[in-house]
Amino acid sequence: MTNPTPKQRKAVSLISGGLDSMLATQAMLDQGIHVEGINFYTGFCVEGHTHAIRKKDKAKPKRNNALWVAETLGIKLHIIDVIDEYKDVVINPKHGYGSNLNPCLDCKCFMVRKAHEWLQENDFDFIITGEVIGQRPMSQRRDTMPVIQRESGAEDRLLRPLCAKFLPETLPEREGWVDRDRLYDFTGRGRKPQIALAAKMGIDDFAQPAGGCCFLTDAAYSNKLSDLWSARGDREYEIDDIMLLKVGRHLRPRPHFKIIVGREEGENRFLEGYRKQFTHLYTTSHPGPLVLLDGTADADDLQLAAQLAARFSQGKAADSVRVELHEKGAEMRILDVKPLTNDEIPVGWYL
Amino acid sequence: MSHHELDARRMLCPMPVIKTQNQVLKLTAGDTLDVTCTDPGALNDIPAWCRINGHEYIGHREQDDEIIISVRVGDGD
Repeated sequence: MTNPTPKQRKAVSLISGGLDSMLATQAMLDQGIHVEGINFYTGFCVEGHTHAIRKKDKAKPKRNNALWVAETLGIKLHIIDVIDEYKDVVINPKHGYGSNLNPCLDCKCFMVRKAHEWLQENDFDFIITGEVIGQRPMSQRRDTMPVIQRESGAEDRLLRPLCAKFLPETLPEREGWVDRDRLYDFTGRGRKPQIALAAKMGIDDFAQPAGGCCFLTDAAYSNKLSDLWSARGDREYEIDDIMLLKVGRHLRPRPHFKIIVGREEGENRFLEGYRKQFTHLYTTSHPGPLVLLDGTADADDLQLAAQLAARFSQGKAADSVRVELHEKGAEMRILDVKPLTNDEIPVGWYL
Repeated sequence: MSHHELDARRMLCPMPVIKTQNQVLKLTAGDTLDVTCTDPGALNDIPAWCRINGHEYIGHREQDDEIIISVRVGDGD
């Protein structure tokens, strides 16, 4: 009698594109586990967007770091669109927000839950993440680790190779699929252990050390989202709303409308894609940006929007600037306006 | 084997990759797919996605501000 060949165990790894998930994945590959990556697109991911829009960034090399990590490690990567499902995480986070509108703990529970669903559908054995105890003030603490296991439904099929030695044994360790002695005991916000492990693993190129990949952690972005919710009187959003918050200069001169002003050619071209959905203006007597108007505006408001469009054009010092106004559902009109001066634009209008 | 087209214009990465991935899942090995994009990031991302998932990036052509990326579906290994 010969022993049957042990079953090849399979793990799905949450790949953010940063170093920690890269190291956790490599640690499992080194133990002979078959690993495939999973990456969730929420709509708030920083990855590549502003580079794709802004002309000045076009010369910079662009890469999706999650894809790059997968290719570097030689694993498959599944990128999943969770934009609609993710809304509930952003709008109603059970565990609240961080310092901005970042629902980090709910986000992690959501992503591990989605990975667990994927695992069940694809007959994989366990989930790995690059989490490190103490790395993040909200989602990566000793007391939140079991919360994520429980609320995601992953329970002991969730393994964090980088800090596993500080955590109870998980199923893959108990079953001997993974050797606990070859897992790690990283804690805290310091990066030295990760950098040293990367060097040991022969990884000499990696993206941002960790985090910084979500617009919701950004104060300016969160202010704009908060303004959007206040102005509309509810906390819903569509993908176009959250994309537009990443682009242009936003000013709210009146509670019932705001304007979005392209800051350069790339942004103007991106905003052009939204012309049919919004009242929009641009100067014709002088070069200037495309301006979208979001909300409702009466005749006085449209005049004010035209004066703002003129202010951000090259005619800002002129006595009169000609503006083409394309009001949604109305004929195009020409307005000749005096540009507002800087002193006439309260700082509070800028979002 | 058949040829297919996908419109991913005005989508920012990674949406063109996600749309390509979801379309490829419905196709069979040997089929070809042309993906029309406006985000230049897709020029890196779609070929990278093909390499790691066992599909073939055939090439691309540019028309005005649009990029058409051609992919041949592999067997997924």
